[in-house]
Amino acid sequence: MSQDSSGPHVSANALPQGDAAPGDEHAGFDIASGIRGYLIGLVLAVGLSAVSFYIARSTIVWAPSIPIALSVLAIAQMGVHLVFFLHITTGKDSVNNVLALAFGILIVMLLVFGSLWIISNLNHNMLPMEQIMNMQR
Amino acid sequence: MSAHAPSAQAHEGYRFARADELHPHDKRVIVGYGFWIWLISDIILFSAFFATFAVLSENTDGGPSGRELFSVTTVAIETACLLFSSFTCGIAMIGAHAQNRAMYYWGMAVTFVLGLAFLGIEIHEFSELIAEGAGPTRSGFLSSFFALVGCHGLHVTAGLLWLLTMVAQVWAKGFREDIQRRLLCFGLFWHTLDIIWVGLFSLVYLVGVAPQ
Repeated sequence: MSQDSSGPHVSANALPQGDAAPGDEHAGFDIASGIRGYLIGLVLAVGLSAVSFYIARSTIVWAPSIPIALSVLAIAQMGVHLVFFLHITTGKDSVNNVLALAFGILIVMLLVFGSLWIISNLNHNMLPMEQIMNMQR
Repeated sequence: MSAHAPSAQAHEGYRFARADELHPHDKRVIVGYGFWIWLISDIILFSAFFATFAVLSENTDGGPSGRELFSVTTVAIETACLLFSSFTCGIAMIGAHAQNRAMYYWGMAVTFVLGLAFLGIEIHEFSELIAEGAGPTRSGFLSSFFALVGCHGLHVTAGLLWLLTMVAQVWAKGFREDIQRRLLCFGLFWHTLDIIWVGLFSLVYLVGVAPQ
């Protein structure tokens, strides 16, 4: 490597090399491998959806645990969509996208579980509606 | 090379590039990343609607609950429409990447038809609910249901309009570098709508009809 070779190519250092845009196909892909990726994603997504629809109406899962089972299946399917459709992978070139997503998930969790926690606590501490009505008389 | 550019090698940190330093590829990464950040903010918006629904889902005010209102068959058809439209959208994006016009136009056309079918079914479902007296004003549960599912429906509507403009742009301008960047964003948007629908059909509809 001659020292001069890096001189004119300032733009080569403009971004850390190897960052990928979210949604981009990996380098050197062809049409067949691209379609195969989407096809694998479709099969997995349809399979997970089918399982969700099945267990929601069957007695195969203990009834009180069905919402948990459906949540787990939904999260798994979201992962399938992220990897096979949005191409957000665990690869080194996707760290920027994954970090942004991780922060988003943190906020989503705070919002959803924080709301459920606070409101269930309020509901728990609130008088039954009949008693409130009686107090207003 | 390492001796010549010690700062880039030593820190490996991000630094902002001037616009004239950017490669076309760099610009694609920046545009995609920026749009991804916006999509995540959109997901956070949806999570607020999800939280509202989760909090209010029991508050039916003596009115109908999801168990009496939701049709699992309808939701299954809607889910199939969106899942296959995500697949065909992917096919269209591969077509755009390979600059294969037939593949791109057919992929976008099927995506549009499937998206429109989804939207039609959803509008039909909403109008039936309202006709039954189970409109958004009936109870807290129904208000949050219409807000959450309606917000997703509005996003699908916007996505369909965007899809049409992307078809027109490729038709008029071809697979230019800037059009390809817009297509990257459109593909991300469409697939993200599908991710949100996964949460909707699982946590709103299926949990709503599941035996207790």
